[in-house]
Amino acid sequence: MQSMTELESWDWETKERLVADINGWRSKFPVIHECVASNDGEKISAPVRTEDGRFTACVNGESWENTFEKLWSLRFGPDDRLTCLVREDDQWTVAVDDETWGEGFEYAWNIQFTPDGKSIAVNVKGENGYGIALNNRTWENGFAEARDFAISPNGEFTAAGVQTKRLGEGDIFGFAEGIWTVAVNGKPWGKNFLNVWGIAFSSDSSKVAAEVRVGEYEYAIAVNGTPWNKIFKCVWEPIFYPQGDDVLAPVQVDEGWTLAKNGELIWDRKFVQAWHQKFSPDGQRIAAVVAPEFGKWTIAVDGSSWNRTFRDAVLPPVFSPDSKRVAAIVKENNRWTVAVEGSPWVEGFDMIWDPVFSPSGDRVAAKAEKEGKFYIVLDGKIGKQEFEALWSPIFSPDGKKLLVRSIEDGKYYRRVIPVEEI
Amino acid sequence: MAEPAKEIVVDPGLDETIKKLTPKKIEDTINRALTKGAAARLKVYMQTCVHCGLCAEACHFYLSHDKDPRFSPVGKVKQTLWEIIKRKGRVDGEFIKNCSRIAHTECNVCRRCSMYCPFGIDMAYLLLLVRRICALLGVVPQYLQDTVNSHAVTMNQMWVKQDEWIDTLQWQEEDAQDEVKNARIPLDKEGAEIMYSVIGPEPKFLAQLLGNIAIIMTVAGMDWTMPSFDGWDNSNMPMYSGDFETMARVERKHFEAAFKLKAKKIVMGECGHAFRGAVYDGPKWLAWKEPPVPVIHAVQFYYELIRDGKIRIARKFEQPVTIQEPCNIVRGRGLGDMLRYIMRATCEDFRDVSPRYEHNYCCCAGGGVINCGPPWKKSRVEGNKVKAEQLKATGAEVVVTPCHNCHSGIEDIVNYYKLGMHVKFFSEILVDVMEVPEDLKV
Amino acid sequence: MYEFVSGPLVWISFIVFIGGSLYRLGSMHKLAKKEKVIYPYMSLKYGLRSIIHWVIPFASTNMRRRPLMTIITFAFHICLVLTPIFLLSHNLLWYQSWKISWWTLPEGTSDIMTVIVILAAIFFLARRLVLPEVRFVTFASDYILLAIALAPFLTGFLAYHQWLPYKTILILHILSGELMLIAIPFTRLSHMLYFVFTRAYMGSEFGAVRNSKDW
Repeated sequence: MQSMTELESWDWETKERLVADINGWRSKFPVIHECVASNDGEKISAPVRTEDGRFTACVNGESWENTFEKLWSLRFGPDDRLTCLVREDDQWTVAVDDETWGEGFEYAWNIQFTPDGKSIAVNVKGENGYGIALNNRTWENGFAEARDFAISPNGEFTAAGVQTKRLGEGDIFGFAEGIWTVAVNGKPWGKNFLNVWGIAFSSDSSKVAAEVRVGEYEYAIAVNGTPWNKIFKCVWEPIFYPQGDDVLAPVQVDEGWTLAKNGELIWDRKFVQAWHQKFSPDGQRIAAVVAPEFGKWTIAVDGSSWNRTFRDAVLPPVFSPDSKRVAAIVKENNRWTVAVEGSPWVEGFDMIWDPVFSPSGDRVAAKAEKEGKFYIVLDGKIGKQEFEALWSPIFSPDGKKLLVRSIEDGKYYRRVIPVEEI
Repeated sequence: MAEPAKEIVVDPGLDETIKKLTPKKIEDTINRALTKGAAARLKVYMQTCVHCGLCAEACHFYLSHDKDPRFSPVGKVKQTLWEIIKRKGRVDGEFIKNCSRIAHTECNVCRRCSMYCPFGIDMAYLLLLVRRICALLGVVPQYLQDTVNSHAVTMNQMWVKQDEWIDTLQWQEEDAQDEVKNARIPLDKEGAEIMYSVIGPEPKFLAQLLGNIAIIMTVAGMDWTMPSFDGWDNSNMPMYSGDFETMARVERKHFEAAFKLKAKKIVMGECGHAFRGAVYDGPKWLAWKEPPVPVIHAVQFYYELIRDGKIRIARKFEQPVTIQEPCNIVRGRGLGDMLRYIMRATCEDFRDVSPRYEHNYCCCAGGGVINCGPPWKKSRVEGNKVKAEQLKATGAEVVVTPCHNCHSGIEDIVNYYKLGMHVKFFSEILVDVMEVPEDLKV
Repeated sequence: MYEFVSGPLVWISFIVFIGGSLYRLGSMHKLAKKEKVIYPYMSLKYGLRSIIHWVIPFASTNMRRRPLMTIITFAFHICLVLTPIFLLSHNLLWYQSWKISWWTLPEGTSDIMTVIVILAAIFFLARRLVLPEVRFVTFASDYILLAIALAPFLTGFLAYHQWLPYKTILILHILSGELMLIAIPFTRLSHMLYFVFTRAYMGSEFGAVRNSKDW
């Protein structure tokens, strides 16, 4: 996510710029993989294979100086540094803007950034076993296994689910004793569980919460290793309240699913399903995806759900910057669209991307696909232009313009378009 | 009727776990399981069954055991659920162990019996309820439980670590490039038309199948992807052990992977139970009436590729070949005609089976039974003599099984009954007979 | 005695039969709603498709595999339901009490139909005793239910032919008929009530969800 100052520093004046002719790359590289565009739209890149069968990243037509045996998972971080996973001499590592981390690993995967993009971390498998490498520094402790991880907002910690003891083949009794826990910067919690999933950091980076399975059919949320004193039939991923150490998670009780704060139910209403709870930017409101009835999905805000429900699916809610409005991707009859405050756009699409609110919250835009072509949809209205490829639009700080990053006829353009002209 | 002595199978998942059970724990667990959530169907089915025994001949276990009534569907329900209800849950550990043996290892929940019951009683549902009770009590065959543990930890069936998964895809991609130019397994390609998912044993034991799909997708010119992250495995053993919370977690991951990749549909490899988990049991627990993203089974996918001319057949497979129809996609989805279409399109000498379509026999490996592991192998193979006879009668030399459970199960049957047949996945035939366009030839 | 069994007891048994049946169906509906996943899957089209295939003789595979059983089962159920409704002497009773009447079966026909029920019941009894797969799942209650279903017909037959003391047999006949009515909602004879629902549910699952047939 870009800060307002960053957004303001971008070029919001140049109406249109042809950044790169990707067709031209084909003469240079026999194989070009999927393109990625930088957030500010100034750069377009793709993993490419060179004539000699090696891989590199091509940025705006220029390839990196380094080439590798393999290169994948290419993406621009939040601060637009181009990051990917590379293999050389059978060692994997992370490459950032044509520079590789010094250390190589038996394997490295799952690149994650802090929201400001300054810290980068990956899962690694090295001589010590499994762990996490954060900004080119690997956990001192290795584990029998480490899966997934979360990175703290301040970029100083990583936390992963780790296996603390090796398990013999088919050893169901060893497993039942609990061999999994969460390790933060390589230091495991004092308590083990059958499973840990869904790790989250508090906003001040001081606390870690996770879903834990304390018995085969007993679920709870643990914070810094201590499970809630309430056991539930099932739980989903916890999140921290924006301020303080309170934790919010969907929990299943006999009557259905609802949300619990530190183990206490906060919504009276029970749903057939509830997950993907989100806080509004001001921290005052909570929205979540819920199924009020079997086979009917919608969004609930502070415990009461939209009247309109959707049969196929509803994806995680998105709050407007002023916290007043909520939008979400919805799907019915195999058509995707966006619903804002419970009202779906009339037009349905083959696919739609997360809705983007304008800074004032009064407009909603999204990238959508129909019959193989991509469009910008603004407040439900399909934009005039169709694209071969498109990235999600970004509103200018004053909300009057949209940054449109797109490919047409193999050419990548960066455009700044006034919202009335979409 | 003479009671043939049943061999005692040693399985710590049953023998050891029942030692920890107390009468109170058993009674409480059973009463919770039978009153919470399961009440309507259970009650009506219990009141409706007239004990007529007409379901007996639907069951391959019954037919293969010389019509021993203990193996009839209603016989299995009688020995388990009826008794549990009659005794109001006051049963002992030994009884629970027997329930697990019957429900986990002697019933494939294939639902053939539902088509023979005049009332349409879902006996598979009743035996799954028995499995649920056993699972809540921690009494599950060891190998099956280990698979469930794997699902809970890794979201895949075979303890495949995250790096192993990606690494396997990457070397299979390289292998595929030796066959077809620029063959690819595009990882995490956002917005691809298809997310392709497989079951854990593919990267673990049958990695060449991943290479095969890379070849097929490349030749057919498909816009597809596979997730590098958890959610790539569509299989689901907790669905069969009775651990429905873990089942749901696994299915949710599968669909959220598709959401994350913005895939328009999920195409899954040749597996039957995975289809059932992804299309019926998983979504149902999670409150989706239908899968939130359309799920297409490999048989239908190959049917569409061949029908639409995206894959052309260069020369047909010559050996006489027959099929095993996976219950979960034929009785469970009506794909029997598509399966025959692709068989005839690719094979010179296709020998159909009898009985067939919905009425075909289960492979006896499905429903989690093969996942109960080596201790139960003999019982499983002996429980499907009728399948051996059925396949033998076709005179085919090759059996195509578009399902992993069927594949392993039929292989065991072929060996045990010395049928002298080879067992193949359809994709193995397809890669063999399809035309590779000139510009893709290596 | 006769007055009691043919008067108040008839009332009571009909009230219990109808009230009890409504109660059973009502509680089934309530439970099915609570289970949440029942009604959303119900499909009228596929429910009916399944019911039709199972109320027509030989329309399902299993019926074709067992022709004798199929013929006897259909004959039994048809005669069991139709005979008491269209029997001349029952009709006369309705006319006496309520001044209503409807079409009746010729007496010879209803006599044959009664015999069919009796013979079929003997066949079912024999099945239970002889076939291992049926014997294995047979309880005392199964014999009792068969006896409850058989009794009104056996006594009716005897009464019609007046082979035993008529008055006693007639009282027994009425009592056994009342017993059967009362038993329907509260025993597994309620398969009569549930048949359409279990069938419709399975038909819906097979047809609407699984795209296949359940017969």
